[in-house]
Amino acid sequence: MSVIQVQRKPLSLAERTYIPQILSGMKTTMKHIVAKPVTVNYPEERPEIPPGYRGVPTLVRDPHGREKCVSCQLCEFVCPPKAIRITPGEIPADSPNAHVEKGPKEFEINMLRCIYCGLCQEVCPEEAIWLQNVYSSSGYTRAEMVNNKQKLYELGGTLPDTHLKWDKKKAAAEKH
Amino acid sequence: MIDFYFSLPDIVRYIIQGIAVICFLFPVGAACSMAERKVAAWAQDRPGPNRARPWLLARIPIIGPILGYFGIFNLMADGGKLLFREDITPGHVNKFYFVMAPIVAMTPALSTIVFVPFGAYLDSAGQILPVMLANVDIGILGVFALASLSVYSLILAGWASNSKYPFLGAIRASAQLISYELSMTLAVVPVLLWINAPGTTGSLSLVRVVEFQSQPGFWGGMWFVFIMPVSAFIFLITIFAETNRQPFDMPESEADLVGGYHTEYGSYKWSLFFVAEYCQMIVGSGIFILLFLGGWNPLPWIPLADLVNWLHDLLHWQWLLHPIFVGLLSIGIFVTKVLIFIFIFMWVRWTLPRFRYDQVMRIGWQRLLPLSIANLVVYIIAIALLQK
Repeated sequence: MSVIQVQRKPLSLAERTYIPQILSGMKTTMKHIVAKPVTVNYPEERPEIPPGYRGVPTLVRDPHGREKCVSCQLCEFVCPPKAIRITPGEIPADSPNAHVEKGPKEFEINMLRCIYCGLCQEVCPEEAIWLQNVYSSSGYTRAEMVNNKQKLYELGGTLPDTHLKWDKKKAAAEKH
Repeated sequence: MIDFYFSLPDIVRYIIQGIAVICFLFPVGAACSMAERKVAAWAQDRPGPNRARPWLLARIPIIGPILGYFGIFNLMADGGKLLFREDITPGHVNKFYFVMAPIVAMTPALSTIVFVPFGAYLDSAGQILPVMLANVDIGILGVFALASLSVYSLILAGWASNSKYPFLGAIRASAQLISYELSMTLAVVPVLLWINAPGTTGSLSLVRVVEFQSQPGFWGGMWFVFIMPVSAFIFLITIFAETNRQPFDMPESEADLVGGYHTEYGSYKWSLFFVAEYCQMIVGSGIFILLFLGGWNPLPWIPLADLVNWLHDLLHWQWLLHPIFVGLLSIGIFVTKVLIFIFIFMWVRWTLPRFRYDQVMRIGWQRLLPLSIANLVVYIIAIALLQK
């Protein structure tokens, strides 16, 4: 492609007086003065959280109330700021979920370290850890900012999935 | 009540009037700072300061939330904060001039209002009498004389602060104010030439200017902004420059000079500079309105007297012609115009960036001054031909 010479026109008289530019600028400002604010009055009004928002990481249960985490610790290993600490534990043999073999005895996410990258959610083979719509966490001490297992399930709730991988595995094992 | 007031000795009356005007001007000047923050917020699509809600006052139905929404309680909290905060005087300053500068800033800002007629009433003969503190012939000259003193406060503040940024700010400020004062004075000369027609007694009074804009007929009722648009334009720009408003915010220019001449100031002394700037804006826009926008006349070609007589013919209420009602009406019209003007000041501030220093100087000396001189020459010739 050949070179296109851009014509640099000298400023016209109207442009050199700045007046039309100033007036058009004032028109723009007036549009914003009469427009509704784009901000919200925060604690009273809350912003609408779009789907797919990556808020505070939480743990979820499946529709039968079983905790989905099997304590494989992949999230703990992948977590870049090392915010996650899992203490794995056995599931007692008399539990209805005994076939799952393992579950977290304690699961802590330090929200002072978490960078909300979502790698834990991405790496989780059980879809047990989810970054959901909680975006505001506060506390008076460092200890309060560490979400323990109970808190994580409170925040997480239930994941309405239908494939129930472990139930199918159990059924398949019983058939043989 | 009124008779008792007029039976008081003159000096007492003048003091009462003066204090009344200051009691209006000072809080309005302070309230402008909140208006500025609200307008800034609206221009930036935010609600602005609206959170301060004192427990008892905010409980008042309707009024409380409205006051809260417009940030009135924030304003009070601000004022209290500035009043009671520790007043630091840095060790390296010249204490005498450092303390004097805000006083020197405040004095001309409040005293120029003396020459500004802010309303009018009709006496029993139907003659318009101005509401003002001192109806003297020097009028606009007195305003210019006093307003030009405000440059001393900037120089004193900058010099007494004894550090680089305030000093640079003060130098810029004085250069800017002196440059634009020339064009400002030359811009209003055509108006004064026009009102001092041959055969009349000479006067520089602003009352005369408004009277000239409230005459009957097409040319008589026309505001000077239509007859002398260039003068009005130059005067408007120079008011922006004289009151150090954006885009002529040279002395302060917080980006390159931290805070300009008041960098070293804090708490109440700083707030005096702030209020003085707004008082200057109020007086400056008041003078613009008196000179070019018909003063207390509601609309072009509709003088105040016509409006009052028309209302009286329509409603037949006797109190409509009462001096107090007419006075309050005219003051209301004038203050409304001034507030609209203050809004325009803020509107421009949140639209335009600051000029560079060399641009300010170039506009002042190479554009406005020749323009105002040419304007003056044209009008001198036109007035000489029209009024011979």
